[in-house]
Amino acid sequence: MKIKKNIPLIDQHDKNGFWGGKFGGSFIPETLKKPVEDLTILFEKLRKDKNFIKERDYYFKNWVGAPTPFFKLRNLTNHLGGAEIWTKVVSEANGGAHKIYNATVHCLIAKKAGKKYVVGDTGAGYAGKMLSMAAKKFGLKCKIFMGAKDIERQKPNCDAMRKNGAEIVPVYTGSQTLVDAVSECMRYWVSNCDTTHMCVGSTVGPNIFVKICGWSTSQISRELFIQIKKEFGGIPKKIKLLNCVGGGSSSFGFWNEFMHYNKKQIEFVGIEAGGPIKSKRHAAPLTYGSKIGILHGAAQYVNQDIEGQIEETESISAGLDYPGVSPLHCFLKDAKRARYTAASDEEALKAYVLVTKFEKIRPSLEPSHAFAEAIKLAPKLSNDTVIIVNSCGDAHKDRDILKQRLGKL
Amino acid sequence: MSSINLAFKHCKKEKRPALITFTVAGDNTKKNSLKILNSIAKYADILELSFLHNCPIADGGQIQNSTYRSLRNGTTLKDTFKIAKKFKNNNPNKPLILMGYYNLIYQNGENNFLKNCKMSKVDGLIVVDLPWPENKNFAKKCKKMSINFVQLLSPTTSKERMKKIIKDSHDMIYYISMLSTTGGKLKVPPKKILENYNKIKKINKNKNCVIGFGITNKSIKSFKNSDGVVVGSEICKEITKSLNNRQNPVTNVTDIVKKLRKKIS
Repeated sequence: MKIKKNIPLIDQHDKNGFWGGKFGGSFIPETLKKPVEDLTILFEKLRKDKNFIKERDYYFKNWVGAPTPFFKLRNLTNHLGGAEIWTKVVSEANGGAHKIYNATVHCLIAKKAGKKYVVGDTGAGYAGKMLSMAAKKFGLKCKIFMGAKDIERQKPNCDAMRKNGAEIVPVYTGSQTLVDAVSECMRYWVSNCDTTHMCVGSTVGPNIFVKICGWSTSQISRELFIQIKKEFGGIPKKIKLLNCVGGGSSSFGFWNEFMHYNKKQIEFVGIEAGGPIKSKRHAAPLTYGSKIGILHGAAQYVNQDIEGQIEETESISAGLDYPGVSPLHCFLKDAKRARYTAASDEEALKAYVLVTKFEKIRPSLEPSHAFAEAIKLAPKLSNDTVIIVNSCGDAHKDRDILKQRLGKL
Repeated sequence: MSSINLAFKHCKKEKRPALITFTVAGDNTKKNSLKILNSIAKYADILELSFLHNCPIADGGQIQNSTYRSLRNGTTLKDTFKIAKKFKNNNPNKPLILMGYYNLIYQNGENNFLKNCKMSKVDGLIVVDLPWPENKNFAKKCKKMSINFVQLLSPTTSKERMKKIIKDSHDMIYYISMLSTTGGKLKVPPKKILENYNKIKKINKNKNCVIGFGITNKSIKSFKNSDGVVVGSEICKEITKSLNNRQNPVTNVTDIVKKLRKKIS
């Protein structure tokens, strides 16, 4: 399995929508064939349209806030020794996480498609919060599907969604988390695809949703590319780009612009959620070698039993608590362009404590998984290595969990 | 001639649509699931039995309830084939169609899955999330093994696409009545559904086309002139209701199917 040069990764699928011949595709009910096809045609048209790109860039710059800051974590670097640790604080984007890029693009597309309603799924609540923000901004009515368990543990984001005028639909089936929210959202779309645009909250789902999301979050690495050149006067010889991976939208966006660099120069490290240290459940299908299966319309590595029933996951971070992973990451893994590992709940918490002790950033529990790996790696590396961590979410939403697990904040 | 084709032929002779029932394998228990099939076979012309998947992206609430209930009871794919086989042994001429999601087939292996179907004498297959043209290869494999692959059409299917799908279809086509998951309320007037149905028949009048989604005791009569009607959620709902009222789901479901049949006879 090989990555082609000079073609964006999101376009390196075959005519049936498969990356590397086996990841992705569009396993959808007949009813959705037409809406998915319409969306595909519209998106392919829009991404070539200079005015649309201008519009996107305008909102990214003036509303989302581009570029998000990029700086060195001096205290943490000094404390750990070894490699330099830098961060791109994507959580400084409007709304507090990278989900704003995908949400903005989806709402712009919905407007072009003449749809008045937009629906989306959410785990940590960020995808939902951002979609509700963008919907409000662009005058669309918004419905968010969210697992009942997640509604309970991510209250601040739910409050924000409601404040933006979105309706939150609690999902009580299955594990009552993201996986069920995505299913329920798709069901809703099947029934309302004539009036409603669907936004899948990550680089998952049927082929076109993977593409739209990846195209949107790539803004992160476009900014980073310029920022690195400015800070270092060029691209350093040894860079490691560390990013947490749930569905995989922030990590894909964080890496995309650097895809064609040799991995010895720019290594991609994806950190999945290992779950509680003593639990057998995890949300790390790439790290622990899960088998390929079909989930939410796409073939991917997914946690499942021998028969093909999707397994429940367990993670302290709702945003990573997903049994599958983007087909793009499956492709990157098998093409050996990216390396994947996992951090446990406990390691993520410890990383959060250490990072916030030394630095002024407050990464949410999702990027705390990536910081855990940075903390592990840095002391073992030489000081000419640059580790960059995508701090893709803000800890504000995690205040209840942090309080519960760490005591007084 | 396939037993599915024979069933339609028989119904046409009686000048009525075929009654196709849908139940979930192992609902509410493995034993009852088989008992229900055996009992409703008296009134139903073709029986659909779903193999379980815990992320069903196109099923409405009633069928989800049945699915999760059966999963909690530990029903496996192996059990589903066992139920199918036992049913077919009792009713060798009654067509049985398995319905479900592709991941179960994928994990079982396409060839292996079809071998299992053959061994349990399953007559046909509906795979919800394997649309045309992605299903071409698998449908061919089915044909080779004399298993009917049922193509689905929906209100969103364009005429051009319909033509191509119908050309690749086997003995039965399934028309999804409206934009909905299974068991939604019939939000489209039957007249409109029949208009679309007639469009399909016009493309190829010899293909047996059944109408499903949202069909209940109340609406079934409107489709009297079609080739067939599918009732699923209404039956799943009856099982749930029976359990809540501590009644026997087998007798209650049989009563319902009997009534449905009466309405179209």
